[in-house]
Amino acid sequence: MSLDVNDLVIEIDGRRVVDGIGFSVASGARFGIIGESGSGKSLTTLAILGLLPEGATATGSIRLDGDELLGCSDRELARTRGARIGTVFQDPLTALNPLRTIGRQLVEPLELHGRLRRTQRRDAAVRLAELVHLPDPERIVDRYPHQLSGGQRQRVAVGIAVACRPGLLLADEPTTALDVTIQSEILALFRSLVDESDAALVFVTHDLAVLSEISTDVLVLAHGREVESGPVARILNAPAHPVTAGLVAAARATSWQPSEGSAA
Amino acid sequence: MSGTVAQRTRRPRTPTWLREVLRRPAGLAGAIIIAALLVVAAISIFWTPQNPFDVDPFHQWEGPSLRHPFGTTGSGQDIFSYLFAGARTTVAVAFLSSVVAAVVGVALGALGSLTARWFRESVAVLIDILIAFPTLLIAIMLAAVFGSSLWTLVIAVGIGFGVNIARVSRGEIRRVARSDYVLAAQASGSGPWRILFDHLLPNIAPVFIVQLSLSAAVAVLSEAGLSFLGYGVSSSTPSWGRMLSILQNYVTIYPATVVWPGLAITVTVLGFNLFGDALREATDPRLRRSRRASEREVRDVA
Repeated sequence: MSLDVNDLVIEIDGRRVVDGIGFSVASGARFGIIGESGSGKSLTTLAILGLLPEGATATGSIRLDGDELLGCSDRELARTRGARIGTVFQDPLTALNPLRTIGRQLVEPLELHGRLRRTQRRDAAVRLAELVHLPDPERIVDRYPHQLSGGQRQRVAVGIAVACRPGLLLADEPTTALDVTIQSEILALFRSLVDESDAALVFVTHDLAVLSEISTDVLVLAHGREVESGPVARILNAPAHPVTAGLVAAARATSWQPSEGSAA
Repeated sequence: MSGTVAQRTRRPRTPTWLREVLRRPAGLAGAIIIAALLVVAAISIFWTPQNPFDVDPFHQWEGPSLRHPFGTTGSGQDIFSYLFAGARTTVAVAFLSSVVAAVVGVALGALGSLTARWFRESVAVLIDILIAFPTLLIAIMLAAVFGSSLWTLVIAVGIGFGVNIARVSRGEIRRVARSDYVLAAQASGSGPWRILFDHLLPNIAPVFIVQLSLSAAVAVLSEAGLSFLGYGVSSSTPSWGRMLSILQNYVTIYPATVVWPGLAITVTVLGFNLFGDALREATDPRLRRSRRASEREVRDVA
């Protein structure tokens, strides 16, 4: 499935917060959107989902496999969300309903889109738990979110996102709230899921180091405008814009390696 | 693997929330009080120890005896039988007005938080206006127009506490509606009704249930109070409140008699409050298990 965003403008109370950005993601591609806080990257994902906050409006064009999403009714969008677009949000501690078991939440998209009978619920939940490599799938589906670690909860969130085998996977800073070792596990999970399912991945982050691990192409945003786009390797090695250079410098600073003289 | 799965799904669903309520001493006490009230109310429909309306001029103001366990009134009515029969009024008022309060509270709370801005702000103003009217005043106004009956009382008390619940639930729904898991559920394709019933209402339930058990308790008091004032249920319906209002005229002369309806009201109110408190804890899985059990579970999963 492919995603084409053209001339997307998002306004909040008449103020332009995203100003005419565009990008295309082909089936099986891993695309990254990077920018500082407030650059409009999260709003872009919400616009694709049709879930912009109250008072925000989007104009332009967002096409999923040629179908225009902007201007669709809520009902049509609800049929698309979860079924054709899977989403993972930033904070795994708050993205799960605290009162429902892991199993019920894993299969929720399947139930919403009428792909599951009640009797198959448990089997499907266990299969999804296995798919995202949760430990002890048979038992974890009966647990509640507060009984899981942050990394496990994010695996659950990924499982929910891919439950209906959507053609487009949106990930809005899914590793930001996790520590570094868990981060690379989740990134590996994303890579393998995209490779297996041939879905298109849109990965939003502010961390260039994370981006270089997951995506092949990147769009750099600043203050709602595109400043640069292209293959990750080129942007990383030869940033053409000062904003990109700043992000690269920040990534270098956080992944600073001790020199030979200092203790390992 | 499939065998164990089939077994698990076929296991009969026991209401965990009830088990959890009964596990707690306070919840058990509340449940016993409410159950006793329900049993007495049910029996009183068919049978009372004596006819509660029988007047006996030869046995006025009697103290407790085998024939009259709680004594008799100034007209010789058996207080025990009268309270026994009054239980069904109390039960009806408590449950019916709680249902009305819950419906009014959820409907106004949802309309006041999930709709377009101008509409929900108007609902908020409406809620504030309605809250400004004391419940007893609403009941008296309704009774003046429609005559005093069980239904006017139930509707008045239901609306009175409904708007209180609406104010609390409005804020709570708004808080939960902004949470990430609601956004995530929308991103999974949940429609507005599903969001409301699957995610918003269960997550405001702890606050809601306390309010509701409180409203059941206060409904019992309101019925007593209104009957005391003469605006309650009609005089052919036995009521603890009316008994209290009749007997309190003689409280300086026969103080022992007035204790019984007062005690019945107090214990019932206490029962609803205890049950509601335990229910609030039981509906939240985070509060549900003992600390040690949940630690063990975390260890198992990790």
